[in-house]
Order: sequence, then structure tokens, then C-alpha cells
Amino acid sequence: MRNFSQVQDATLPADIPRSLRSWRVDDFSLLIGTAVAGISTTWVIYTALTPATGKTGFFLIAYLTFLILYVMICALELGRQTAFDNLWTVLTWSAALLLLAPLTTILLYVIVKGFAGLNGDFFTKDLSATGTLDSGGGAAAAIVGTLQQVFIAVCISVPLGLLTAVYLNEVKGRFRRPVRMFVDAMSGIPSIVAGLFIYAVWIIALGNVFSGLAAALALSILMLPTVTRTAEEVLRLVPDGMREGSLALGATRWQTTYRVVMPTAASGLITAIVLGVARAVGETAPLIMTSFGSTAMNANPLNGAQDSLPLFVYRLIANPFAAQQQRAWTGALVLVMVVLVLFTIARIIGAKASGNRR
Amino acid sequence: MQADEDKSLDRKDASSQDQPRTLERSLSTDDRVYEAAAVAGGLSTLVILAFIGLFLFVRSSLVFSQVGLGFFTSTSWRPDASPPEFGIVSILYWTVIIAIIALAIALPVSVLTALFLVEYSPRRLRGPLRTLVDLLAAIPSLIYGLWGLFFLQPHLVGVARWLSDYASFIPIFRVKEPTFTGSAFIVSVVLALMILPIITSIVREVLEQTPPGEKEAALALGSTRSGMVKSVMLPFARGGIIGGSMLGLGRALGETIAVAIILSPSLIISPRILETGTNSIASLIALKFGEADELSLSALMAAGLTLFVLTLTVNFIASFVVARSRSGAGVDA
Repeated sequence: MRNFSQVQDATLPADIPRSLRSWRVDDFSLLIGTAVAGISTTWVIYTALTPATGKTGFFLIAYLTFLILYVMICALELGRQTAFDNLWTVLTWSAALLLLAPLTTILLYVIVKGFAGLNGDFFTKDLSATGTLDSGGGAAAAIVGTLQQVFIAVCISVPLGLLTAVYLNEVKGRFRRPVRMFVDAMSGIPSIVAGLFIYAVWIIALGNVFSGLAAALALSILMLPTVTRTAEEVLRLVPDGMREGSLALGATRWQTTYRVVMPTAASGLITAIVLGVARAVGETAPLIMTSFGSTAMNANPLNGAQDSLPLFVYRLIANPFAAQQQRAWTGALVLVMVVLVLFTIARIIGAKASGNRR
Repeated sequence: MQADEDKSLDRKDASSQDQPRTLERSLSTDDRVYEAAAVAGGLSTLVILAFIGLFLFVRSSLVFSQVGLGFFTSTSWRPDASPPEFGIVSILYWTVIIAIIALAIALPVSVLTALFLVEYSPRRLRGPLRTLVDLLAAIPSLIYGLWGLFFLQPHLVGVARWLSDYASFIPIFRVKEPTFTGSAFIVSVVLALMILPIITSIVREVLEQTPPGEKEAALALGSTRSGMVKSVMLPFARGGIIGGSMLGLGRALGETIAVAIILSPSLIISPRILETGTNSIASLIALKFGEADELSLSALMAAGLTLFVLTLTVNFIASFVVARSRSGAGVDA
């Protein structure tokens, strides 16, 4: 009884709704205060007791000290439950921030390192006439190789991937479950194993030479699961009513798939292809044993060793000379940019797709 | 009533007089071709996987005929010795160790990030953050390797030295030689970053399917948000967390170029993860391929086969677990 009236008294006069789940000034000042305390404590401990171990260690210890201090003060001021609750909030925030750190440093580092070598020559010349100490020359051979190999890989894996996705979601055949499981398992195949496989079949067993085509075959094995899974998910989003409507109007199954389902899912399917390409562009390991790499331009993907951007970077970064390393970094920059552009395209098309559907 | 009688009458009629017509699909030629093509496409995945296993097995027969099952018991990999020695044990050991350390680093971070994306983050941040996580997955392995070697390693060497100086009471942090570059620890940190997005997106997917009713019930009973996360969301997502981490483990086991760029190869089995020298099957293949003669090529094929079987097994278990938790099996509500 007494409790009840107390509650009423407490709530009646201040009739402003409390904003839920938001943090108050106290909470923020506590957070910032303990962060500062953590850093200063660490600075004392770190410099006095365990000197000369670098910045990263400092941040790690500072973070741990901050966490301990924060939980202790929260427990004293606000009670154990709140302390625990706040600890989780802080942990999830820091995990998300931690994830951003590698992304930003990777992009910045590659840009800073690679920008100096970015010029017209890089896109128009190859390295056949360039010594290891010379500047000049470029990655034209590598760029041509990458374009050709990825194009061929797309031509192989996209029809196959779409067919598999259609099998999984439109035909709904008897082996749907095992096929889906195998597609999943295939997406985890190490890229080097795909390369070894193509080497064993295409080059040893069938007696062909290193070529861009062999590289494209290996790349299409790696693209296939990506294309299939994404395409299948997109096809699943097409409402069944459209299929039934089409069939009820007398269309055959093939017409339904080709004229109704595919156009409805078109933008999503393009996203699937673009994501597959983004995966294939940066693959390095299978190319070592399929296209091998070369310094000279080879515009014929059917015959002879061919260079490609990842191989170009992988080969030159191991070189001790500054000019070669510079080229490798510029190659890495171009590679990252290509992946970023592809990724953005996939996002834009994908966003459009989901916008249309609503 | 009337309707019921009609129905029962119908049923009686049907059972006494009519036989159910057997339904037949009559497909046009177009449709036959279409279905056959789709079936062929669907089965191509199975065929490719079977061929990969088969060809690697056939190509590795040479080394098995030379060293026999010693391939799986010996720790020495010396193509130049006479007779040449090929044993995968130490390489397999390091492959598994770096994958497990990578998972141990990545798992807590990705579960927390997934929780942040589903539960803790401001609504406006969710979309962009999800894109960033996907972008992290799209960055090529080669770039991770370069960044890890030139940018991250100098930073991590300090941490490794600090750990070996002040935390050496834990056996795995002990070192014999104070060299820290190219160690299992550094390789694992880079691997952890590479598998983070995969685990995060799977855990997030499963967390998003937590029944809102149960979450609200926990909060209504007076639970704090962390209490709700611990008692409702995490148990619900357990299958996704296990499956996602196994998928991540599969990736870490098979990752090639980033590892090959960073590590310094070693054939010594030791628990000292901070010290220079580690190994992995995938990077062994990438690094030794160029200088391989016929016998060692066959040994590399055998190593590839081992890796293939290992990753395939891990992935199968993973996709099985994830599929079960996605369909909501084992959930009462």
C-alpha cells in the first residue's frame, strides 16, 4: 500500500516521458572518465614497468584497463546488474569499431603505397623491356590477362551457376538437398585446391600448356558457388503468384522461368554475377599453377603463360628492388579499386532490386 | 450441416464408384530440354567435386607408392633428401593450429559485432555497417597478405614480444629464440580478420530470427538487455554460432596467399606460437609448386587431397548445423 502511493507520488509531478534506452550525461561522463583513467594508468604502468613494446600493445592494455575500471565503477555506483549490462554494450560497440580499423587501414595503406606509381604507363606498357632497376613499364599485360581470364570464367560459371540456381528453386528436382549442401561445401574449397585440380586435369592429363584459359577454368570453379548461392536467394524472392499466374495462362515451365521469373529477378541476378566477379578478380593462388604469369604481353588466352594483376603483385612484391615493389603496390591499388567498384555496382543494383520489390 | 452431408456423400461416391485419376505431367519438348539442362546444371556441382577428389587421388598415387602411409605419420618434408621424405604431420599440425587460433580470435569479435548489428546499434548505422562487413569479405586475400606483412606485422611483433616477456608463465607464449616475425600468431591474426565477416554474417542472420515475442517476454519480466541477450538470443543462435565458426574454420584451413606471404616455413612441431616459423598445407603447395619435380608434385597433390578432405568435412558439418538452425529446428516457440 505504502509502496504503491510512493510510486504514484514519484511519477505524477514529473509527467515528461523518459526517453527509453538512451544514455544520460552521467553514463557518458562515466565512460569518458574511465577511458581517460584507463589510458593514463596504462601510460604509467606501460612506460615504467614494461617499456618499448610499441603502440599496439599500449592500446590493448589501455583497453583492458579501461574495461576493468569501467565495470568496477559501474558496479560501485549503479549496481552489479547495470555494470554487467553496460559491459555488454561497451563490448559490442568496441567489436564493431574494431572491425572498422582493418578496413580503413587496408584501404589507406594500399592507396598511400600505390599512388606514386599510378600513371599512364602503368596501364599501357608491359614489363618485357623493363629491367628490375628501371622505372617505367607497367601492368598492361597483367590487366589484359585479368580481363580475359575473368571474362572467360564468367562465360563458364554464370550459365552453370544460373542453371544450378534454377534447378534448386524452379525445377525443384529430387537432388535439391544434396546439391545445395554440395554447393555450400564447394564455396569452402581452398582456392589452391581448385588450381591443383585444373593443373592435374587440364595440364597433366590432357597435355595442355599453361594458359589464361586454364586460369579461367580454375576461377570458374571458385565463382560457381558464389553465383549459385546468390542467384538462388534472389530467385526465392520472386513471389509464387507470378509463377502460378504464368503457368495458369498456359505458359510452359521454360517460358515461365525465362520470361517471368528471370526478368523479375534480373537485377538481383546481375548482383550475383558481379559478386562472383569480385571474388574471381583477386584470386591469386590457383593462377600460380594455371596461367603461371609472364612479363610480356600475351593477348591469346588459349596458348601460353599469361600474366594477371594478382600474379603481377605477388611476383613483384617479393622482389628486393624499390621500382618493382612500387609496381606491386600500384597493382594492389588497382586491384582494390576494381574490387571496390564492382562491390559498389553490386550494392547499387542490389538496392534497386529490393526497392522495386516493395 | 448441409455442406457436411454433401461432403460425406461425395466421399462415399468417390470411394464406391470412381477411381482417382493418376496425374501425369505432359511436358512440351521445350520443357523437357529445360528440365534436363537444369538437372545437368544442378548435378554439375556434384560431378566437379567428385572429379576434384578423384583427380587429386590419382595424381597422388605416386607418392603413396613411394612412402606409403608414412605420408601421414612422418614429420619431415624433404624433397632433396635421398630417398626423398614426404610427411605431412608437422604441416597439418600448424595448419590446424593457426586456423584454431584465428577462430579463437575471430569468434568473440564476430558474435559481438553480430549482436551489435542486430540489437545494440542505432538503427541508422545498421545498413552501412552491414555493407562494411560485406566489403571486408570482398577484399582479396592477396591484399590482406600484403597489409599483414608490411603494416600489421611490425605492430604485432611488439605485442608478441610483450607477451613473451611478461606472460610467459602461459606455455604457449614461451619462446626459445626472440624472433617474432612470420609466426603462427601473426598469421592467425590476419586469418582472423579474413574469416570475421563470414562468421559475423551467419551469426547475424540467425540472431535476426530470434522470435521477438521471446525477447519482449524476457524484457517484460525485468531482464536487462544483456540478460535478454544471454538468456534468449545467444541460446537461440547457438546452432548458427557453431556452424558459422566451423565455416570460418574451413576458410582459415584453406586460406593460401595471405598465409604464404606472411609465414616463415618451419617443419618443427612446437607449442610456441609467438616464435618465427609456422606452416600450412595451402601455402606449402603455393610456395613449393614452382620447384617441384614429378615425385614432389605428386606429394603436393597428396597434400592438396588432405586439405580438400579436411575442408570438405568441416564445411559439410558446418552447413548441416547452419541449415538446421536456420530452419528453426529445436525451437519450441
